[in-house]
Amino acid sequence: MVGVAATFDARPDTASKFQANPATRDSSWVRYLIIGVGLTYFALFLLLPLIAVFVEAFRKGAGVYFSALVEPDALSAIRLTLLAAALSVPFNLIFGLAAAWAIAKFQFRGKNFLITLIDLPFSVSPVVAGLIYVLVFGLQGWFGPWLREHDIKIIFAVPGIILATTFVTFPFIARELIPLMQAQGRDEEEAAISLGASGFQTFWRVTIPNIKWALLYGIILCNARAMGEFGAVSVVSGHIRGETNTMPLQVEILYNEYQFAAAFAVASLLALLALVTLVLKTYVEWRAHHHNAIAEE
Amino acid sequence: MSGVNKRVLPGFGLSLGFTLVYLSLIVLIPLSAVFIKTTTMSWHEFLDAVASPRVIASYKLTFGASFLAALINAVFGLLLAWGLTRYPFPGRKIVDALIDLPFALPTAVAGIALTAIYAKNGWVGSLLEPLGIKIAFGPPGVLVALTFIGLPFVVRTVQPVLEDLETEYEEAAASLGATRWQAFQRVVFPTLFPALLTGFALAFARAVGEYGSVIFIAGNIPMVSEITPLIIITKLEQFDYKGATAVASVMLVISFLLLLVINGLQAWTARRTGRAI
Repeated sequence: MVGVAATFDARPDTASKFQANPATRDSSWVRYLIIGVGLTYFALFLLLPLIAVFVEAFRKGAGVYFSALVEPDALSAIRLTLLAAALSVPFNLIFGLAAAWAIAKFQFRGKNFLITLIDLPFSVSPVVAGLIYVLVFGLQGWFGPWLREHDIKIIFAVPGIILATTFVTFPFIARELIPLMQAQGRDEEEAAISLGASGFQTFWRVTIPNIKWALLYGIILCNARAMGEFGAVSVVSGHIRGETNTMPLQVEILYNEYQFAAAFAVASLLALLALVTLVLKTYVEWRAHHHNAIAEE
Repeated sequence: MSGVNKRVLPGFGLSLGFTLVYLSLIVLIPLSAVFIKTTTMSWHEFLDAVASPRVIASYKLTFGASFLAALINAVFGLLLAWGLTRYPFPGRKIVDALIDLPFALPTAVAGIALTAIYAKNGWVGSLLEPLGIKIAFGPPGVLVALTFIGLPFVVRTVQPVLEDLETEYEEAAASLGATRWQAFQRVVFPTLFPALLTGFALAFARAVGEYGSVIFIAGNIPMVSEITPLIIITKLEQFDYKGATAVASVMLVISFLLLLVINGLQAWTARRTGRAI
């Protein structure tokens, strides 16, 4: 899967196993070299950019920082970002549950091909993801003349932003659920049905509790991408201030106007979102691991 | 028997039907627009759009920088994955959690943050400036941005294989007189290789389509530091929809090919290590 290499999996602590065994223990200079080089690379590419966002945001002081966040255009960008995520995440949640149910619980031809098609949006450049909706709904596009006659705006308006966001986050939840539900099989659901539960009761009381951590994990990743998408949204937005700018687009506009402190102030909110996402993700991995450990006992 | 066990659970028609309709409406039909639009162009028009010198220069930069960035990530990602699974060090858990930052941090934020650090007055850029090394606002800036966004892929594909690796193989190698380096080279590395290659391909595929993090740091000089996704945007802004679509169709075909390659690599890794990634 292109786009998310992070699979829903708790990370075991293996360092002690390898260090306790003389056959797998490396000499201390090798250890220091590898840790040193690895951490330098980590610092140069990951840690410094993260710190820089906050340092640059507060460069002109807390006053400039907070006034950049309560500025009307910034507030409107925050609202639009929340709206785009609030719609695209549930769309892809319903899709993910439906796709995983069909794929994991039933046999049919072309299943692997369907799984590949679900992955497609991960391998499409965000710019192309925006372009395809321009080709369908733009003025020159398939439905352009019809939409214009009926005074409906999709491109350079909010619906286009929601569509583009839905496209780029399309596989997130399905990808987490499909392998897990395939591994779980259908014995428990069949037992529930044979004991007289309705389809809905079975889904709600048997399936959902079994997949809740993977579901949550998918929602967290989907939401982070939905709120942070830049390329696809940039193509369909039209950059109308106070109307069609999401937070990442607002960052771009402020930055291109040399309002660096304000740009980094808005960016710092998105960086905080990323940090919260990573914390939640780690917590869910830990809980899922705990959950599995109990189930195995 | 098969008739009985197939239809015990309800909802097959509904869930598969919804999946196919939603997939078609959001993904397949809009994507097909690229190819349908391309077929309305003459061969000459198409070539003009996808093979002009400026566009060719952008392919060279996009694919060259993506390849180099994936290579850097393969080398350093392997080191980092090795350190994270084998050595206890303070802050290991935090480093491990932060590896996924490029997945969570919006690309525009990454772009302006990397520019701030690698510009000539930035934390790292100011150290490199006296050495005559310029990173931001040129091709090296593209490389830095693409390395950032590809960083988690190799670590996250190699890490589970390293964690699952039993100590026995290296014990056997040691008892047969192999040095640590020989054991790594002959025993550990061949086991890791499919996962490493998969991580490399994932990082490469992601880098080829990347836009947000690159445009801030690249300088976007035509023929020098202009990536292909930016060419599409530029053509769109000039209302050259056909040209933009033609270049997009080239990008799409390459993405599909990469997807096939990655699927093949993942199947190979799963066979070699007995686990899906």
